[in-house]
Amino acid sequence: MELQQDQEKLMHKNPFSFQLNSDDFLPAKSNEDLVREYKKTSYWNEIFHSFLKKKVALIAFVVIVFVFFLAFTIPLFYEYSYDQQIRGSENLRPFEYSEQELNLKSQGETVVPHLLGTDTLGRDVFIRVLMGTRISLIVGIVASIIVLVIGAIYGSIAGFFGGKLDLIMMRIVDVIYTVPDILIIILLSVSLREPLNVLYEKNLFFSQLEVLGPGLTSIFITFSLLYWVGMARIIRAQVVMLKEQEYIIAAKALGASNTRIITKHLLPNLIGTIIVTTTLQIPTAIFTESFLSFIGLGVAAPMPSLGSLAADAMGGINSYTYRLIAPTVAISVIILSFNLFGDGLQEVFDPKLKEKR
Amino acid sequence: MRSLIKHIVKRFAYSLFTIFLIATITFFLMNLVPGGPFLSEKNLSPQITEVMNDKYGLNEPVIIQYKNYMIKLAQGDLGVSIINKGRDINDIIYEKFLISAKVGFITIVLAITIGIAMGVVAAISKGKLVDRLLTIFSTLGMAVPNFVIATALLIIFGVKLRILPTYGLSSSAHFILPVLTLAFYPMAYIARLLRTTMLDVLDQDYIRTARSKGLSEFQVLVKHGLRNAITPIITYLGPMIAYILTGSFVVEKIFSIPGLGGEFIGSINGRDYPMIMGTTIFLATIMVSMNFIVDILYKVIDPRIELN
Repeated sequence: MELQQDQEKLMHKNPFSFQLNSDDFLPAKSNEDLVREYKKTSYWNEIFHSFLKKKVALIAFVVIVFVFFLAFTIPLFYEYSYDQQIRGSENLRPFEYSEQELNLKSQGETVVPHLLGTDTLGRDVFIRVLMGTRISLIVGIVASIIVLVIGAIYGSIAGFFGGKLDLIMMRIVDVIYTVPDILIIILLSVSLREPLNVLYEKNLFFSQLEVLGPGLTSIFITFSLLYWVGMARIIRAQVVMLKEQEYIIAAKALGASNTRIITKHLLPNLIGTIIVTTTLQIPTAIFTESFLSFIGLGVAAPMPSLGSLAADAMGGINSYTYRLIAPTVAISVIILSFNLFGDGLQEVFDPKLKEKR
Repeated sequence: MRSLIKHIVKRFAYSLFTIFLIATITFFLMNLVPGGPFLSEKNLSPQITEVMNDKYGLNEPVIIQYKNYMIKLAQGDLGVSIINKGRDINDIIYEKFLISAKVGFITIVLAITIGIAMGVVAAISKGKLVDRLLTIFSTLGMAVPNFVIATALLIIFGVKLRILPTYGLSSSAHFILPVLTLAFYPMAYIARLLRTTMLDVLDQDYIRTARSKGLSEFQVLVKHGLRNAITPIITYLGPMIAYILTGSFVVEKIFSIPGLGGEFIGSINGRDYPMIMGTTIFLATIMVSMNFIVDILYKVIDPRIELN
């Protein structure tokens, strides 16, 4: 008995010891599973399956897809366009028809109802809310991609090369980080509007981007100037941590080139952080755009934005209260869904995080 | 102690540099706009524009204007408003900021007290219904933009129920809606942050020791739990002030409060460049110095944090 215990101790102490564990030599029973088969799963497959278990994040994702679908398909075939002013149909309530529309109806023509009524200029509110949603989604995603590209490149260069370069680069980040962003964004949107207007009128390249307009362009410029610092910090911290890992040192010792280390060892390990941070950047961008549009600095009229729609509706808050509801609910649902989706992704990519909470 | 002083000096230099940088960025951005402030008034004759430009020194080369502005700024002089009939910007900011500061101060007190209370309650009832409800509340509070909260409150209490005033700041009841709007996000954030740190702290050995010593649950929670969990909240003070200041742009517009935020938006729409610059620099200075104070405070309160 004592001998066996000693033997076990030895086994634990030194797994490569030549002493054999007698348990391994017991005859097999018939009902024993000798071969255990594990399903071979790829990293992404695993991520996908554990994401499916996060119910809240999954619902949020479905909502996001649904909102995308609505915002990008319905305007293609909808009866009214977002800047179409229907004379005589101003200030209709939801499902209300104007006199001329009633006339048309009595003549047997089909008139598409105004699901959310019309605004003071006779524009269909439903399609304007959808277009505003579309703008929000575009802003959120494009701005986050800009932030991702600049921040990831900057952060990984600083983290990878380290030393003095890192020090200088991160000092610059520190200074930009202390700058109150909203103030600078407001300033930039004020001062960039006129020069961009001129560019849009004269330049052929810019006139191709007419959909964006000077308002959105200045939002993208401000994002690419200011918001990347958060991403750069996160990526740098990750790179610095990864650089110290044994497998990177081993790769270096084996003479792997920098390119190989970056593409084969760093990037695959960074991808989770990058995806999560980018996803969580989207609601921030949407939030900022709607805030700017609400105070009158975002997209230029007649292009609607959820923020500017809410600001317009503030004017008639006493008589047309319902007009505020659609844009504000839309913006809240979008931001909430992206937040919950991002939180879910974070838990999937970094399961240790949940223990900390 | 010596490293602390070194740290303070370093942070101070940083803050000064940031303010200088913001002033510079502001100045050159404002000069980037073609036309200048008198362009919008189309019926001005060229002669009058010329005289006006001369009076406000807008004919000098930009670099001379920059030098003059910075010298004045160093003396604390923000110049004269163009739209507001030549009033001193310092006076306008002082007058308007007092109003905004009142709302802001009440907001901070409310957000911190309620936020802490909610965080503690959520932490001690972890996994129970109360905790779930509070988590839902704080998730919502952090996802809904402030103008949405403001309009929702306005519709419910101002338009439908008609029990709270929504215009101006003439009585104490007038403060309720703007303060609630501004406090919503910080409250949710503090509650969430404190719940996390509180749960961490309640797991520690010294909490078990305190309990086994026979201290009352209240003493354990407040003296041993909350006191150790509260430090991360201090780091949030800086961002919270920034949030409340920028939030005031929207809130003061919606509730027609004659504060600095509304004035700032007004000066943007009216192209009052000296006013825009002055307000930006003033607000930026507040935010940067708040961050400075919080940074120092944090190190003083929790000496475990390494100075680096």
